[in-house]
Amino acid sequence: MRIELRDIHKSFGPVHANAGISLEVAEASVLGVLGENGAGKSTLMKIISGFQPPDSGSILLDGALASIRSPADAIRLGIGMLHQDPLDFPPLRLVDDLLLGSSGPLRPDRRGAARAMRELAERFGFDLDPDSYVDALTVGERQQLEILRLLWMQAKVLILDEPTTGISLPQKEKLFATIRRLASEGMTVLFVSHKLEDVEALCDAAVVLRQGELVGRSEPPFDARRLVELMFGKEVPQVSRRCAEPGRPVLSARNLCLDSIRLQIKDLELSVCAGETVGLAGMEGSGQALFLSSCAGLERAVSGKVCLDERDMTKSSHHDFKRRGVAYLPAARLEEGLVPGLSLAEHFILSEGSRGSGTAHGVFIARGAAEERATSRIAAYNIKGRPDSPVESLSGGNQQRALLALLREELSLILVEHPTRGLDIESTAYIWAKLKERCSRGAAIVFISSDLDEILQYSDRVLVFFAGRVSPPIDAEGLSASELGGLIGGKGWEAFDRESARAPAPSTQGATHA
Amino acid sequence: MHETRLTKPLFQAGAVALALGITTLVLLATGASPFAAYRSILSGAFGGWGVASDVVVAWVPLLLVTSGVLVTFTVGLWNIGIEGQVTLGAIFATWALRSFQGSALDPGLVIAIAFVAGMAGGAVWAMLVGALKTFGGVNEIFGGLGLNYVATALNIWLIFGPWKRPGVASMSGTVPFDKSLWLPTINEQSRLAPAAVGIAIAGIAIVFVLVQGTYFGLKLKAVGKNPKAAYLLGIPTWQYMMASFAICGVFAGLAGAVQVTAVYHRLIPSISSGYGFLGLMVGMLVNYSAALAAPVALFFAALNVGSIQLPIVHKLDSSLAGVLQGTLVLFVLLGDGLRKRLSAKGKARP
Repeated sequence: MRIELRDIHKSFGPVHANAGISLEVAEASVLGVLGENGAGKSTLMKIISGFQPPDSGSILLDGALASIRSPADAIRLGIGMLHQDPLDFPPLRLVDDLLLGSSGPLRPDRRGAARAMRELAERFGFDLDPDSYVDALTVGERQQLEILRLLWMQAKVLILDEPTTGISLPQKEKLFATIRRLASEGMTVLFVSHKLEDVEALCDAAVVLRQGELVGRSEPPFDARRLVELMFGKEVPQVSRRCAEPGRPVLSARNLCLDSIRLQIKDLELSVCAGETVGLAGMEGSGQALFLSSCAGLERAVSGKVCLDERDMTKSSHHDFKRRGVAYLPAARLEEGLVPGLSLAEHFILSEGSRGSGTAHGVFIARGAAEERATSRIAAYNIKGRPDSPVESLSGGNQQRALLALLREELSLILVEHPTRGLDIESTAYIWAKLKERCSRGAAIVFISSDLDEILQYSDRVLVFFAGRVSPPIDAEGLSASELGGLIGGKGWEAFDRESARAPAPSTQGATHA
Repeated sequence: MHETRLTKPLFQAGAVALALGITTLVLLATGASPFAAYRSILSGAFGGWGVASDVVVAWVPLLLVTSGVLVTFTVGLWNIGIEGQVTLGAIFATWALRSFQGSALDPGLVIAIAFVAGMAGGAVWAMLVGALKTFGGVNEIFGGLGLNYVATALNIWLIFGPWKRPGVASMSGTVPFDKSLWLPTINEQSRLAPAAVGIAIAGIAIVFVLVQGTYFGLKLKAVGKNPKAAYLLGIPTWQYMMASFAICGVFAGLAGAVQVTAVYHRLIPSISSGYGFLGLMVGMLVNYSAALAAPVALFFAALNVGSIQLPIVHKLDSSLAGVLQGTLVLFVLLGDGLRKRLSAKGKARP
């Protein structure tokens, strides 16, 4: 089936997620959709698959205008989507999972479905037993199940959202073989990814989205450098970033191994000195957040060590880390960092009261003094709010300022997830001025960002995460946006493999002492 | 919808009117005269010194359990197990009174010991719910509900087993304690004990100050509103949940001890009398704040006591009070939900 998108617009509040996207996908072809986080890929795919309606624009299937108002509409028209986290039902048998989406007679034809499933599985070489349970499957097998289900529902268009995250190499090869075969049999495939090599290996054409717009289309042979440039835009002028001579090591990770459902990190080595800023780059979900929470005592290591000032903290709780001068600022400010329903003043009371044992502050809250302290902090951090403003009434930028204002005076390590996500330029500059001020007073900063400019502009050294792989620390000085973009997309890692003893082009000074 | 300062009170007034309307419909359906019934409830609650003092007698345990659940509500927990905690308080208090009855100790001291035992009993039962939640992953609603049944069974077993009346065990409870161990009342006939009233008023005052004015209370609020952020702010979340269970259990146990020492002077099968669940309703009705708890609890107690007149005067069942209380809570919560939904809609689509 041929798909044609005409001038698709979609806004979420002030964010223009899709700004006039027009696109054509031929029948029996695989189109790669590339773009960094927040480029608008997912929004576009959700519009095609009926999860959300566009604000304006139209979708044509085989030249006929289609009205897709729900995922059920989409599958009826032959459009099936394979989500990054497979949308299946772990407690069910495979055959029941298959039957759920269909609107059959009152009594489902279980035997027929099981037979159809076996036939389909055999055709594609999947080893799936209709009578086993979904929760026993690996992520890769759950994908296979979803593909079978969509085929069984007569899908003629298949949308795959980051399908190669979290599956093994043989499973990936099998997936690619399946996709190629489906395409040769007439299936139209939209393949959403940020991995350049996957797109190169699989796609008949690729389009790149950036900030809600379609910025380029390219046919094989693909030019990886050009694709990276399209994905991330132009290089930015470098700003002097070193604010203090790095001092003694504050944080060190030794042979650190971490494990989550999606990925594993092996043998991570890093040591961060006082006054230094380390940026963690990578596509979301590549392991950066896992590593950052392990540095805060929020995630327990499988093996290896996390040390603060040479003291082993591997088995300590977050509150022990806090007592040793570590602060953790989560990305979800209102969900994890602040308490909706409490005022700014009450937040300041809580953060002060939590210092030490808390008994030093007595039993009763001195409201007057607390109000005064809150007023002075609000002024010092330029927060647009009053002591009695509930935190949920503040704008994103002001919530982030409030989180910074809550930090204690004497800190040795500040861990920040996406310090300026969703903030305007003025707030961004302000937040970083405050963070760098902490650096000059001797604190080390480790932060996650999906914004290349932010990583390059504010880090002294950079760690790149790619599907659980971690680069050695790279000096930000000699790193260009296109190199970094390539690494994030999985390009240029051979340099690290070839010679782990000699540093790759950018040096790794002070990084790895065992 | 545009929200003004009057919106909330208007919705609440509407809720009261709707609750009265539904109750009136129920009365009409039974063929009774609603106004006569309401008049009977009023006179049954405030029509004389005797009934008015009965209202206060019912108000004391209700206010105590309300004080307790306000603490668990603050930390975001549903202490459904409050009924069992009241029962355990009564059992522990009875145990203390039975143990020291006839000993050389001063009766006042024995009563004091019974109160402390009651508080301990309630606290133990509540912390069991907390431990099940913290260490066993059992939701406090299920754990509390289960332990309520266990508490009832334990109570019945004691009354019909080890603590049974000489001769034949009976639903009327254990042998009454010696009169010297009764909490002193204002006169011979009344069950109104000034000390119990004092404890209840002190209790709600303590909870008010605790939640509004202390570091402890602020941290409880933070845990209740966002446990994840509270943890990152340095508050040991599960310890605070446990502490709030313990405090709530102490109040529930006090209510049980009051029922044993001042009202029934023995252990009876239905010693908690549903005050625990009623306290949860009062807590919801006052929107989890201590300031209004005392008057609303008094209103509920008056409804309970006043409705005792219904079967006598109108041949109606006294559960009418429950109908009014239940619909009132439902409509107040419903009104609150609708108000928020309407104002959210107004914001989402400018």
